[in-house]
Amino acid sequence: MNRVELAELAEAVTAQQQSCRMRLLVCCGTPCVAAGSQAVVAALRERLAALGHPADLELVGTGCQGPCSRGPLLTVLRPGQPEQVWQKCTPELAVSILEAELQQSAFPDTNLLPADWPFFRCQTRLVLANSGRIDPENLEQYIARGGYDGLAQVLHEMIPDQVCDSVVQSGLRGRGGGGYPTGLKWQLVRKSSGSRKFIVANGDEGDPGAYMDRSLMESDPHRILEGMAIAGYAIGAEQGYIYVRGEYPVAAQRLRKAIRDAERAGLLGSRVLDSSFSFRIDIRIGAGAFVCGEETALLASIMGRRGQPRIRPPYPAEAGLWGCPTLINNVETFGNIPAIFSIGPQAFNAIGNGKSRGTKVFALCGEVVNNGLIEVPMGIPLREIVFEIGGGLANGAAFKAAQTGGPSGGCIPAEKLDTPVDYENLQALGSIMGSGGLIVMGEQSCMVDVARFFMEFCLDESCGKCVPCRTGTVEIYRLLSRICNGSASQRDLQTLEQLCQMVKDTSLCGLGAAAPNPVLSTLRWFRAEYETHVNERRCPAGVCSMDELPLHLLGEQLLQRIAALRCDGEGY
Amino acid sequence: MPAITLTINNDLISARQGQTLLEVAREHGIEIPTLCHLDGLEAMGGCRLCLVELQGSSRPVPSCVTRAAEGMVVTTHSDKLVEYRKMLVELLLAERTHTCSICVQNNNCELQTLAAKLGIDHVRFDYLNQQLPMDASRERFALDHNRCVLCLRCVRVCDAVEGAHTWDVRGRGSTSRIVADLDRPWGTSTSCTDCGKCVQLCPTGALFKKGATVGEMRKERSFLNRILERRRLAAQGGTP
Ligand SMILES: Cc1cc2nc3c(=O)[nH]c(=O)nc-3n(C[C@H](O)[C@H](O)[C@H](O)COP(=O)(O)O)c2cc1C
Ligand code: SF4
Ligand code: SF4
Ligand code: SF4
Ligand code: SF4
Ligand code: FES
Ligand code: FES
Repeated sequence: MNRVELAELAEAVTAQQQSCRMRLLVCCGTPCVAAGSQAVVAALRERLAALGHPADLELVGTGCQGPCSRGPLLTVLRPGQPEQVWQKCTPELAVSILEAELQQSAFPDTNLLPADWPFFRCQTRLVLANSGRIDPENLEQYIARGGYDGLAQVLHEMIPDQVCDSVVQSGLRGRGGGGYPTGLKWQLVRKSSGSRKFIVANGDEGDPGAYMDRSLMESDPHRILEGMAIAGYAIGAEQGYIYVRGEYPVAAQRLRKAIRDAERAGLLGSRVLDSSFSFRIDIRIGAGAFVCGEETALLASIMGRRGQPRIRPPYPAEAGLWGCPTLINNVETFGNIPAIFSIGPQAFNAIGNGKSRGTKVFALCGEVVNNGLIEVPMGIPLREIVFEIGGGLANGAAFKAAQTGGPSGGCIPAEKLDTPVDYENLQALGSIMGSGGLIVMGEQSCMVDVARFFMEFCLDESCGKCVPCRTGTVEIYRLLSRICNGSASQRDLQTLEQLCQMVKDTSLCGLGAAAPNPVLSTLRWFRAEYETHVNERRCPAGVCSMDELPLHLLGEQLLQRIAALRCDGEGY
Repeated sequence: MPAITLTINNDLISARQGQTLLEVAREHGIEIPTLCHLDGLEAMGGCRLCLVELQGSSRPVPSCVTRAAEGMVVTTHSDKLVEYRKMLVELLLAERTHTCSICVQNNNCELQTLAAKLGIDHVRFDYLNQQLPMDASRERFALDHNRCVLCLRCVRVCDAVEGAHTWDVRGRGSTSRIVADLDRPWGTSTSCTDCGKCVQLCPTGALFKKGATVGEMRKERSFLNRILERRRLAAQGGTP
């Protein structure tokens, strides 16, 4: 395929879609499938078959549409009409909507979501522009939405340095957690000398509760491929790898199909879009270790070694896969690249706050009314995410904290709800943007218990290479357990703080260095809660059961027993 | 090699390009504690005892792998570093079982010496009291997991110097264990040549010669540099 054919195909598919009197988009993202969207698709398909597959009625199984806790979702598009979305759609409801269209009668309004529902209204969808809009396994639908146009533009109009410059101008920063400026990283790898270079997309996503990357890979796989191909052209690589977590078989299978389709269409492989640029992509499956998301461990894992971090420098940009310069970015970072070239770097840069430009995808979960996948402009106040998009707390509970960044992040208390959500502001609060998990907690959550949960995760996921993380996390966990079961003293609290600081300062890689963050941030904002556990042996949230005595009380108890025995003359 | 100048503990010190901070410090009589590092083995940076403060770096850096550079300002013994080192050694002592009075390595143990030098007289953390097995299936040597500090010297020397690659690590985090031949009893290992290199380099009583009783295990490490030096000469075409 060449650039002209690409444009023609996009036009043809768009025209065909616009000629439909009704397009039924059923969400087939993993959460919606779990809620029963397959049955909805089957019922609609059966009805359409009975009608003889009319050309002007189209059924599309899409990726995630967003509000996953309300699945299965059904979006109805009609030319010239505002789009309508039904939640918790049953097969009967779906068929009745189809029937209503056929009979020109009014649509059922059961489960119909309001037209200006804040969940959709407050979002800015760049990376997720196609998620929930196209069939992820259909290359043509991606092309119809402007897919691979960015790649065509880059290959035919720009030299590699200009591509890097555009990414610098966009202000994009890595979405994998660290927030390193993406354009600078590209320039570094471009300048690194080496006859071979590699591109790696990090789709390991090990944070508990986070599923942004999975959803992106499942809902819009071509976007990642396009981003990687643009990166390949920019830095001079001909080979890319996508590292997908082993627990994400659907993502891997969709990516595989996408690669095959793109290669067949001449959008990947040799002589991409009839240019002199060749680029291949392969999938590598991880075994589901959190630490394999760390870049040096991930590269070791791709090379077939034990997935363990190594000391940096050298950074992957100088010596990565098999010693060659390697560009490693998160899959969401790559997902932003086509957006930069479709709206232009300046327009991209216009979105955001301070040094954080563009949007961020979050997996909003916990005690909010609307759980789901959202994309918001950087700098949006946390309050808006929780109360507008999230719809406030479930069961009218009071907001207590929002946890961002998973096991490497921290908790943001209620008094900081107006903080703009961006890299710098979250860091100033002792949390991090992280890869995009956002857990909302109500008054029923005990912050010590929350910290303990994340520490348990870290001690389990530590690779064991360095002492502070391997053993320090275990000891932190034990100290937290003691606070939770009522046997801790003030001294333990002190030891806990010292140990957290030490583990943070001395661990080899980011896992250990960030592992104490949930403890340190809850100590910072909810210290009183720790004190109550220790001094009053009481859990204010009523979560922990205080079933052990502190050591000094144990001693006292023993002395009292001995004294009592002496007085009444009894012995053993 | 071009010379460079850096500041260590307020003294101006000259060094050669390519040297690590640890090498430079040692050349100038500054003692930095180490455990996983051993001259001649590939650096691993796991024990974190050799951490030093570097001006301009927000976190301490491991001196065994950090190359000296012109104008660096390094502190090797701040109060914070000394406290961190103490905590690290205490963590190691708490992790497995170190009852020196019944250990083959008593009085000749690098971990014990480190603890003594750092003035550790008690361990502030809970002992984890792991009850780990001992592998005495090899004819001449034995492995007691209870004394292992996972410094991986055995893994590295067996792979890179002996060329046998008998040892590996199984599991992760605090469940990591040294395993022979993909987790078989050492006695049934077919790759091990019984050279004893791992035993001699093990800093603790984890690897020892059979027959040694409490306090009797002596280790001899100078062979490593002799071997490596001879190999280097041979590679240059000199007489080995
Ligand atoms: C323990 C640990 C886990 C990580 N997990 C991930 C992950 O799951 N996905 C990811 O993209 N980056 C992860 N990272 C960050 C990567 O090391 C790396 O910085 C990132 O992939 C770079 O991409 P970016 O610049 O696009 O953010 C992790 C880092 C650490 C220390
Ligand atoms: S910090 Fe933890 S995960 Fe990272 S190298 Fe050390 S032990 Fe491994
Ligand atoms: S290995 Fe060293 S520290 Fe451990 S018990 Fe033996 S002598 Fe003591
Ligand atoms: S057996 Fe000895 S050399 Fe090997 S890792 Fe354990 S302590 Fe280190
Ligand atoms: S005795 Fe030699 S060959 Fe055997 S495990 Fe030790 S170093 Fe390897
Ligand atoms: S999976 Fe259907 S809305 Fe997310
Ligand atoms: S000696 Fe440097 S980290 Fe162990």
